[in-house]
Amino acid sequence: MDLINNLSLGFGVAFTFQNLIYGFIGCLLGTLIGVLPGIGPVATIAMLLPATYALPPIAALIMLAGIYYGAQYGGSTTAILVNLPGESSSVVTVIDGYQMARKGRAGPALAAAGLGSFFAGCVGTLILAAFAAPLTEVAFKFGPAEYFSLMILGLIGAVVLASGSLLKAVAMIVLGLLLGLVGTDVNSGVARFSFDIPELTDGIGFITIAMGVFGYGEIIANLSQPEDKREVFTGKVTGLFPTQEDFKNMIPAVLRGTAIGSMLGILPGGGALLAAFAAYTIEKKTKLRPGEVPFGQGNIRGVAAPESANNAGAQTSFIPLLTLGIPPNAVMALMVGAMTIHNIQPGPQVMTSNPELFWGLIASMWIGNAMLIILNLPLIGMWIKLLTVPYRWLFPAIVLFCAIGVYSTNNNTFDIWLVGAFGVIGYLFIKLGVEPAPLLLGFILGPMMEENLRRALLLSRGDWTVFVTRGLSASLLAAAAVLLIVVLLPSVKSKREEAFVEE
Amino acid sequence: MKIKSQKDFFSGLMFTVVGAAFGYGATSYNVGTGARMGPGYFPLLLGAILALLGAIILLKSLVVETPDGEPVGAWAWRPLFYIIAGNLLFGILLGGLPSIGFPAMGLIVAIFGTTIVVSMAGDEFKFKETIVLSIILSLMSYAAFIMLLKLQFPVWPSFISG
Repeated sequence: MDLINNLSLGFGVAFTFQNLIYGFIGCLLGTLIGVLPGIGPVATIAMLLPATYALPPIAALIMLAGIYYGAQYGGSTTAILVNLPGESSSVVTVIDGYQMARKGRAGPALAAAGLGSFFAGCVGTLILAAFAAPLTEVAFKFGPAEYFSLMILGLIGAVVLASGSLLKAVAMIVLGLLLGLVGTDVNSGVARFSFDIPELTDGIGFITIAMGVFGYGEIIANLSQPEDKREVFTGKVTGLFPTQEDFKNMIPAVLRGTAIGSMLGILPGGGALLAAFAAYTIEKKTKLRPGEVPFGQGNIRGVAAPESANNAGAQTSFIPLLTLGIPPNAVMALMVGAMTIHNIQPGPQVMTSNPELFWGLIASMWIGNAMLIILNLPLIGMWIKLLTVPYRWLFPAIVLFCAIGVYSTNNNTFDIWLVGAFGVIGYLFIKLGVEPAPLLLGFILGPMMEENLRRALLLSRGDWTVFVTRGLSASLLAAAAVLLIVVLLPSVKSKREEAFVEE
Repeated sequence: MKIKSQKDFFSGLMFTVVGAAFGYGATSYNVGTGARMGPGYFPLLLGAILALLGAIILLKSLVVETPDGEPVGAWAWRPLFYIIAGNLLFGILLGGLPSIGFPAMGLIVAIFGTTIVVSMAGDEFKFKETIVLSIILSLMSYAAFIMLLKLQFPVWPSFISG
């Protein structure tokens, strides 16, 4: 069977001693940074990315996958223990997870999150491996018009699932697309919007934007709030393992969460976030067993289901990235940037031209998940200690590592001036209530969109109807339109707003 | 006319101005036609869309009623200043400023400078604690970036290491 052959090729690549070590280090560092309150996965990955520059491509991608899973798991840990969701998709984990921690059951909550995520990750990896090959076939049928329409669908998908104003999110995408165009135009060689600054002719580095907007912007916003005494449950984490009763409740929830997550993750847009919300809603709708704790008061299903859904979604969201080369969310956009640094252009050609890398990456995702559980269950005590590090020691370290990371990208001080500017802009965004994630997505897609638009219009001799006369392209655009209309319907609109303010 | 949502008003203004600026800038490049897109075509299109979206947001902020007026709120000048200043200081100390003849001081001095300045952004600033933090961060950075990752950084001031 192809699937088995491919996977064994992948595991052959990933299972070298060296690569396992890189995967392990990635997981460790990812969790270490991800567990720090106030640092989401985007900032974590951006901060740690420079550490992979010196590695060979496969090792670097394996380490990045480790960082990615580590950062996500770290985020759940902070959600459960400090009531601070590190990223939008762990918002629902907070509701029951924190209540469990308050009742002294932080251990089972963390274990449920870890085990659920691991199971979901395994299923997600299998789905990814099974779907990658057929989807790549489809991808080769895509012309520039289809790619352009697909990107429109992806961008629309990403914003309808974001919280807050739809209009502002779309504007942020367009702003991101524009920023992505800064630098030398590949076709004409004209340096656009570079103000005769030589460093800008290479374009703005995506790490510079990510660190400035996500790193500095959020630190400034955090510092402007008075430091309220956060409750941290350090002493009370005893009895790590869930009881038999817990397992009975957990297992169906994990299964349901995984199924929902795998399906929704494939959709372009923030699949993982939607998956977590949907999984929690479904658990809430199922009947409570006699003697079970109600939702919102520390029900273990309320942790297990969204965490599994989140992880399964995170896994399957690699599908559009690897087969079509289109990042479905801000984290994946960072991964694209990381791959291009290592001279890999993600897309259908990776699988045919570089099968070791492609299947090695898929195998390393599973390894990343396994590492996580090996690493985290015994080390939970240590991560909790980290949570007690005061913020006044943390933020100077974060600023410093961002500055070092930005400098090391090009060994150029100009990037340090630029990241400072983006820090101010990031704070401005927070003050004005606009979400920065769509900006990053647009930024990565900007040059790709322009190129595909150019090619599509060149082939059609300037006829814009090409996007609706080609069947595949038209249906992608129709899907985008349907998404927009559905979100704008009054009844859905109020539901959507409700979902994001819940609790 | 009264502003009903301050946040929307100013973000709409920002999008309009930035969109217009990009659009205006794009006209200085060759725009071309659809079939032969010049370097100015796509940015002009996007700039126009952004300006339009900004204008709609702006208009909405003047028309749609909000319960609390969605104020932008006070600016956190202190953290803003010290974080950005610390960041810029890192660049100056690490690489020097050749334009005014300021020599490169290297990584270690830059870490101390940055840590001290950035720490002032917080509510409480304890000098001794900050020095200890600087020492720890220097050791960590040296071990991680110089020894382990072998990144090409100037470590010591240029007039010492030559």
